[in-house]
Amino acid sequence: MFSKVNSVGLRGMEGYCVSVEVDAGEGLPGVTMVGVLSSEVREAQDRVRTALKNSGYHFRPQKVTVNLSPADIRKGGTGFDFPIAVGMLCAYGRLNHRDLEGDVLMGELGLNGELKPIRGILSLVGKAREAGFCRCFLPVENVREGRAIEGIQIVGIKSLKEMAELMGSPEGIRVETKKEEGEEEEEALYGVDYREVQGQLLMRRATEVAVAGYHNLLYIGPAGTGKTMIAERIPTIMPSCTREECLEISKIYSVCGLLPKEGRLMRRRPFRQPHHSITSTALSGGGKNPVPGEMSLASGGVLFLDEFPEFSRRSIEMMRQPLESRRVVLSRVSGRYEFPADFMLVAAMNPCECGYYPDRNRCRCTQQQVRRYLGRISKPILDRMDICVEASPIGFEELKSSEPQESSRDIRTRVENARGIQSDRFKGEGICFNSEMKGEQIRRYCELKKEDEQFFQKVYRNMNLSARAYGRILKVSRTIADLAGEEHIGHEHLCEAISYRSLEDKYWNS
Amino acid sequence: MEQLTVREEMDTEREKGYLYWLTQVPSVGAVTIRRLWDRYHSFENIYNMEGKELKGLGMLPEKRARDFDQQKQFLEKALEEYGRLQEKGIRFVAFWEREYPRRLRSLYNSPAGLYVKGRLPEDSRPAAAIVGARSCSNYGRQAAQMLGRYLAGAGIQVVSGMALGIDGAGHRGALEAGGDTYGVLGCGVDICYPRSHFAMYLEIPKKGGILSEYKPGEAPASKNFPMRNRIISGLSDVIIVVEAREKSGSLITVDCGLDQGKEIFAVPGMITDSLSMGCNRLIRQGAGIVTCPEDILEYFHIFVDKKLRVDEKNENGLAKKEKMVYSCLDLQPKFIDRIVEECGLSLGECLTLLLELELEGRIVQTASHYYAKKL
Repeated sequence: MFSKVNSVGLRGMEGYCVSVEVDAGEGLPGVTMVGVLSSEVREAQDRVRTALKNSGYHFRPQKVTVNLSPADIRKGGTGFDFPIAVGMLCAYGRLNHRDLEGDVLMGELGLNGELKPIRGILSLVGKAREAGFCRCFLPVENVREGRAIEGIQIVGIKSLKEMAELMGSPEGIRVETKKEEGEEEEEALYGVDYREVQGQLLMRRATEVAVAGYHNLLYIGPAGTGKTMIAERIPTIMPSCTREECLEISKIYSVCGLLPKEGRLMRRRPFRQPHHSITSTALSGGGKNPVPGEMSLASGGVLFLDEFPEFSRRSIEMMRQPLESRRVVLSRVSGRYEFPADFMLVAAMNPCECGYYPDRNRCRCTQQQVRRYLGRISKPILDRMDICVEASPIGFEELKSSEPQESSRDIRTRVENARGIQSDRFKGEGICFNSEMKGEQIRRYCELKKEDEQFFQKVYRNMNLSARAYGRILKVSRTIADLAGEEHIGHEHLCEAISYRSLEDKYWNS
Repeated sequence: MEQLTVREEMDTEREKGYLYWLTQVPSVGAVTIRRLWDRYHSFENIYNMEGKELKGLGMLPEKRARDFDQQKQFLEKALEEYGRLQEKGIRFVAFWEREYPRRLRSLYNSPAGLYVKGRLPEDSRPAAAIVGARSCSNYGRQAAQMLGRYLAGAGIQVVSGMALGIDGAGHRGALEAGGDTYGVLGCGVDICYPRSHFAMYLEIPKKGGILSEYKPGEAPASKNFPMRNRIISGLSDVIIVVEAREKSGSLITVDCGLDQGKEIFAVPGMITDSLSMGCNRLIRQGAGIVTCPEDILEYFHIFVDKKLRVDEKNENGLAKKEKMVYSCLDLQPKFIDRIVEECGLSLGECLTLLLELELEGRIVQTASHYYAKKL
């Protein structure tokens, strides 16, 4: 007998509909599975057979053919176990597959017939809803995640047996409707706060400016000056996530299987800090069935690269294009995969090999050595770092001072205001932030007063700035003016932006 | 009479060609050349002698005699190279020529010839060497530049090694004052080392000169630098050490200078500062102390009306707020956070004022966000 149940497969970040067709009939006994299957799907037949046996089902030996259609897409993942098992039950006449029209099934099976959670539920359920299905059966552990998608009924299943019982008495099906509980305190959410940072006036200010305009940021300074500490706190001063953003971020984590155990959604902005030994593939995402990399995991938040020059050149260079287009595109024989990469790049580095430059009493590096160390970062990447600030060793007075520092909440309010001004300004421009401005927009929105124009011209000539630096400085000064709530860029804003100019423009003027 | 001069000149040229060849014999140095010359008074004749013969006469040890014979096959090449020096704008000044600095003549190991771009220091005018550490502090850099400026302004020729740090700052100061300055290299004069001093390398020969005892094309090998230091000290009347660690290459220059009977001056530094250890020790050992440029001028009996007070800050023409920021600064670079704390203005205001002061040339940003006063 022939049966057909619906399921959804995962390809990159997106789901695609799969119908699982099972036919049991005469012929030499055995199970044949077709439909371009990867090995974990092929192994499903053993899991399914054993799970069915251990759930108390015994079948006549028959020729069973399983087809996952469309038959030309390569299928991976373990989510097809459950639909195949149900399909078999239907094919043997134990269940009626007509009852399952309009439903989708997904889940991995244990040998005892229990359902186990799978990755990428958000994408899968999202696709199911899009395709017009009205009910979704999935492992109990995935229910909380699946509920985040509105407009589709979610049914959590513990085991194959429970599924069979429910289908026998459809009135017993409980649709999960409980909504996500209310928002928690933001501060508690991150566990860290800006209040804990002592001193480092310049770094704090530069960080605030960078976050307000979504500029990429580079810290230079000796070890132990709080570069990592401040970077860790950047998500706390970013505007809090909207529901859409939460879903977007959670989707990526879900695909990577990184959501918290209880299947809670990500409400924090991510802060990713990969070690500098990371490979370029781990950064961009990849694999035969591509999964998102660190750049995508940092999407919506911060990608913090500590010890920037120690990263392999290949890894760093690879970020060039995603930094512009804000997404990663991987092309494989099997097709094109797109992952979001909308992160704020924050990098930190020592000023030289020994880390003490410019303290000449401790640093014995020659100028060449220092230059070579800084030169490990290529110019194209440096060009994308709008703001570059120095961190200096912290004095004892600052460390022990108990003066209350500004909290993340206060800074976030200012950042949100500046972001609001930007989104009003760029309505209909297709961009959201000052850092994304291009030539024509810079000319239109970053107009300087006459005397400032002359002043800037003088600076440009005296300090040998590059054309790229010119644009960068104007964009940053626009953000500083927005933070101050000014409509026009003032002299002070311009000067501050100039002093944040990038490494190559200023590090060597002696 | 005139014919004779022309002949003399031609002989000289010929002799210089052979000298050029002889300087290229490996393991034959300035002292050996000098000894050979004192005995035979003609490099052409020396060339025509056998290495074995010279060895027999006790002029050359065995290895050098072998090198000497082997080098003979390259005479043609050497003479041709010598002929081409002029095209590169390089002159070769041999020790018997009038232009050869008198100060060097008395040295027992004076170079047999100097390759020159531009001029050589004049014998009649005073000369001072400004030497010090390559990786120097802002204090050292500013002091060296200020000294270079004042000495050159008073007509003193500034000699140094064109290295990074103090040397370069000394040259730069002299150039700023429009004086003549002389760079002694440890490589061929056609090579700019360090490369980052290329602008200076082009500028110096316009008024002063770049010189070296190494033939054009010679790479800047580390063994060359101690040797060139004896030329720096030899060319000058006083040696001013600006910043030197306890074991510094500048102290080699000082030792050479002491052997040559030159006056040593040192710029003092803080006793806690490892970069000034060498200088402070020199002072303890009896070197002259530089508290202001006049200390040097006095030695040369040059007197100026108005003394320069380096300890005073020139706050003329500054607005009130600029003064507030400027008065926080000194020669030790200060980080922006400290400046903000000390002057009590906001970060934005401070950055604005500092940028303006920097543009006016009153202060300098030694590394990013570290600011220091200029002298």
